[in-house]
Amino acid sequence: MDFMSNPLNVVTFFPLIGVLLLLFVNKENKVLIRWISLLTALATFGLSLWLLSQFQPANPNLQLTINESWIQVANWNISYYMGVDGLSILLVLLTAFLTPIALLSTWSAIEEREKDFNIFFLLLEAGMLGVFMAQDLFLFYIFWEFTLVPMYFLIGIWGGPQRIYASIKFFLYTMAGSLLMLLAILWLGIHQGTFAVPDLIRMGGIPAETQIWLFLAFAIAFAIKVPMWPLHSWLPDAHVQAPTAGSVILAGVLLKMGTYGFIRFNLPLFPKAAIHFAPMMAGLAVVGIIYGAIVSYYQQDIKKLVAYSSISHLGFVMLGLFALNSQGIQGGILQMINHGLSTGALFLLVGMVYEQTHTRDFDVYGGLWKIMPVYGSIMLVVTLSSMGLPGLNGFVGEFTILLGAFGSEAIGSPWFAGLSAIGVILAAVYMLYMYQKIFLGPTGSIVETVKEHGHALRDLSAREIITVAPLLIFIFWIGLYPKPFFELIAPAVDNLVAILQAAMH
Amino acid sequence: MTQADLYTLLPIIVLTVWALLLLVVDLFIPNDRKGWTALLAAAGLALTAGFTISLAGTDTYIGFGGMVLLDGFATFVNLLLLFSGLLGISVAYNYLKRMDIERGEYYSLMLFSVVGMMLMAQASDLIVVFIALELLSIPLYILAAIAQPKGNSGEAGIKYFLLGAFSGGFVVYGIALVFGATQATALLDIAAAAASGAANVPLMLTGSALILVGFAFKVAAVPFHMWTPDVYEGAPTSVTAFMAAGAKIAGFSALMRVFVIAFPSLAGDLAPVLAVLAALTMIVGNVTAVAQTNIKRMLAYSSIAHAGYILMAFVAFGRGGEIAASAVAAGIIYLAVYALTNFGSWGIVIALENAEGKGLNLEDYAGLGKKNPLMAASMTIFMLSLTGLPPTFGLVGKLYLFQSVIAIDMYWLAIIGVLTSLISAFYYLRVVVIMYMREGEPTTDNEGWLQFTWVLMAAATVILSLVPASIFNWAYEAARQLVNL
Repeated sequence: MDFMSNPLNVVTFFPLIGVLLLLFVNKENKVLIRWISLLTALATFGLSLWLLSQFQPANPNLQLTINESWIQVANWNISYYMGVDGLSILLVLLTAFLTPIALLSTWSAIEEREKDFNIFFLLLEAGMLGVFMAQDLFLFYIFWEFTLVPMYFLIGIWGGPQRIYASIKFFLYTMAGSLLMLLAILWLGIHQGTFAVPDLIRMGGIPAETQIWLFLAFAIAFAIKVPMWPLHSWLPDAHVQAPTAGSVILAGVLLKMGTYGFIRFNLPLFPKAAIHFAPMMAGLAVVGIIYGAIVSYYQQDIKKLVAYSSISHLGFVMLGLFALNSQGIQGGILQMINHGLSTGALFLLVGMVYEQTHTRDFDVYGGLWKIMPVYGSIMLVVTLSSMGLPGLNGFVGEFTILLGAFGSEAIGSPWFAGLSAIGVILAAVYMLYMYQKIFLGPTGSIVETVKEHGHALRDLSAREIITVAPLLIFIFWIGLYPKPFFELIAPAVDNLVAILQAAMH
Repeated sequence: MTQADLYTLLPIIVLTVWALLLLVVDLFIPNDRKGWTALLAAAGLALTAGFTISLAGTDTYIGFGGMVLLDGFATFVNLLLLFSGLLGISVAYNYLKRMDIERGEYYSLMLFSVVGMMLMAQASDLIVVFIALELLSIPLYILAAIAQPKGNSGEAGIKYFLLGAFSGGFVVYGIALVFGATQATALLDIAAAAASGAANVPLMLTGSALILVGFAFKVAAVPFHMWTPDVYEGAPTSVTAFMAAGAKIAGFSALMRVFVIAFPSLAGDLAPVLAVLAALTMIVGNVTAVAQTNIKRMLAYSSIAHAGYILMAFVAFGRGGEIAASAVAAGIIYLAVYALTNFGSWGIVIALENAEGKGLNLEDYAGLGKKNPLMAASMTIFMLSLTGLPPTFGLVGKLYLFQSVIAIDMYWLAIIGVLTSLISAFYYLRVVVIMYMREGEPTTDNEGWLQFTWVLMAAATVILSLVPASIFNWAYEAARQLVNL
């Protein structure tokens, strides 16, 4: 297929067209800047749907691939190798879907240097799309590291008061992990003679002992990104300091890069090590689930609560993945999407009220339901989705994961699933606690404070409703009829499980 | 002189004659028109580059009974040096005028230094290596002190001279010992003597170690790096830019040729020493850079750290065959990466330095992101490239360096390499933080040539990261010729 017309290349690099256009726009012309980047992001989403239309769900292999030699010197063989399969197609769609939403949310939130903001945002989108499509380890590493740079600027320039600290912490943490992964990548490239992931999987033959080291090197990089307990400490800082749109993308997509890395690389490349480490990873996941839930409950800052709840939710994803069976992994992938939708929506909603009140302290909130009924109802749906209420998306994912983890041969004990079920209950506790603090009970002091500043609290504007509405549609859709989503995921997961089964016996 | 002799040295002869003529012609150029001298010097470098390219090919020219040669490796390095010379002139031209230290000799001295560097790349005899070392160094001592009595330029020159002479002594003594051990100074004869068992191995090992020490001074490897920050800071910034790139390229290319050709038999003893040297250089360079507040000193320590990264490629020098070839290729590719990034970042330092020698603190970069977005974006690219992050050539080059270490299973060295890269991310990012996230009103010099230099370097750093294949293949071919594959 022609290089330029390959749907993967078109989708990945389309945001750069927006970047180029933005470079030539006067920075004072804010309306034009906003529209260019929003339309670029929407067009990218449209193109990703076009990509989906060409994708064959029943085919478990990589599709629409493009594979060109890039650097070929002596024993070094790097290719520009892109492809999607059931493991990544939903994440590509999620990225293209969340970016315009996040951009729309910035129209009132980002007041200065809008041009730079939009440029970095579109660069970030291109990088994230590349991460989910790259099939060559070297190419993957380039996209992976590249996403750091724009995100670093987004937090560092447009973030809260502690932004510089948070952005550097985010950068150094992630880079620390990825450098070890880099060495493992180079080892694979040199000793196996190729960086192409499908070829490496086909070849196999890495001795079990070496697999353990390589697995660890990759796992640390991804575990920091997920983040898994105890490598999570960058996350609350980054989330709290990031601007709303940054938090949405951070929670919605960037964290998924970590879990995706486990599925794409750790499990199929080092199946023996994956089986070896499954109980340990499941254990860490369970600790993360419980820890995240308990710490969430004690937060004073709404955004921090949502940030810690991410640690808990991604614990579920990790538990599902390391069940190493079909249900667990399918549930894990779907839960990645669910978390992107629900937590993305939560961050958006928190950002919307923050724009009016300029505080996220629970103590000053209360009784907002009476003043902002639309906001309250939307928030209720999202809160329930995040808790895992049946009929909404979170339930489907968590249920499938628990089912997988209960019967997992690799984890070896149903106790992990049993313990993590406590996490589901705890999630209900802290999410409802948050909801109650903000919307119910006596009217909080913030209502008066805002009124004193001249303009009383208002309910969501039409633009804000348009921003969240698409997320709600998917929250219901996945909750009520998840079949089409599972159909996209299943064949590729079965393929992956077959590799793991072969290593197990 | 035979035809082969002529061809081998033709680029060097052209440049030497040009530099001598320039010295005379400059006398007739009035003081307010020294731009002509700069232009003529650049023309000389361009002409020499033309000759170098026209001689490039699959043939290896051997001249003067094997004292010098011109192979693919020398061609690659020579072009890199000539290119550095051109960039050195373009960053210097307006800076010298602005700092009121403009002298015609500046450019002639630069050309002489380039001649020495090129001779170094072509030397295949230890005596020629030493001559080249002196020829490249002496003009640099003068250049470092050319702003005297302003600032610390004189001090920098003297310091550089004393330590340079000292390290020259090491090299000479080393050569003498190697000669004593093998009765030869030609690289191939030394290798032959070692292979036949005729050499006195302990003596030869001592000699090679002394040569290594001498060159470690030149390329600023720890623990022979003490002079670097003072000299880099004290010398006029345009000299620093040229010296940091040129001396490194020449020093490393000589080290590569001497060690790969003459001393592969000593690899068992020398490789661990080189590995420790590389590790120390990366650690000390990067850790000390964190504490710097002056950008010239920070870049000086960064330059030390990069010497460490390049040294990693040397550890594989004795492995022969493909492993040595790709290690050498990694080394020269990284030298090219370093030259690009180096001239770009020093170019921006020059643009912010103002007449009173102010504007050299990191804090002076505050607000650059708003004031001059293009310059801040370029500086960001250079910082990313030095850290080894995409989308820059620095990433690709650094990964290739790491592969040469992993290919010989030196995992501990690779791990030190990546950990120190992480440390370096901290101080390189600090520059970015200051440029974009602090308020300030920096003044910048937007003179045409200077701006052209850093814009070109930034563009090249990004573009070469996307299409690195041709330069990789070229460097690998050059390296193959060096190791005789």
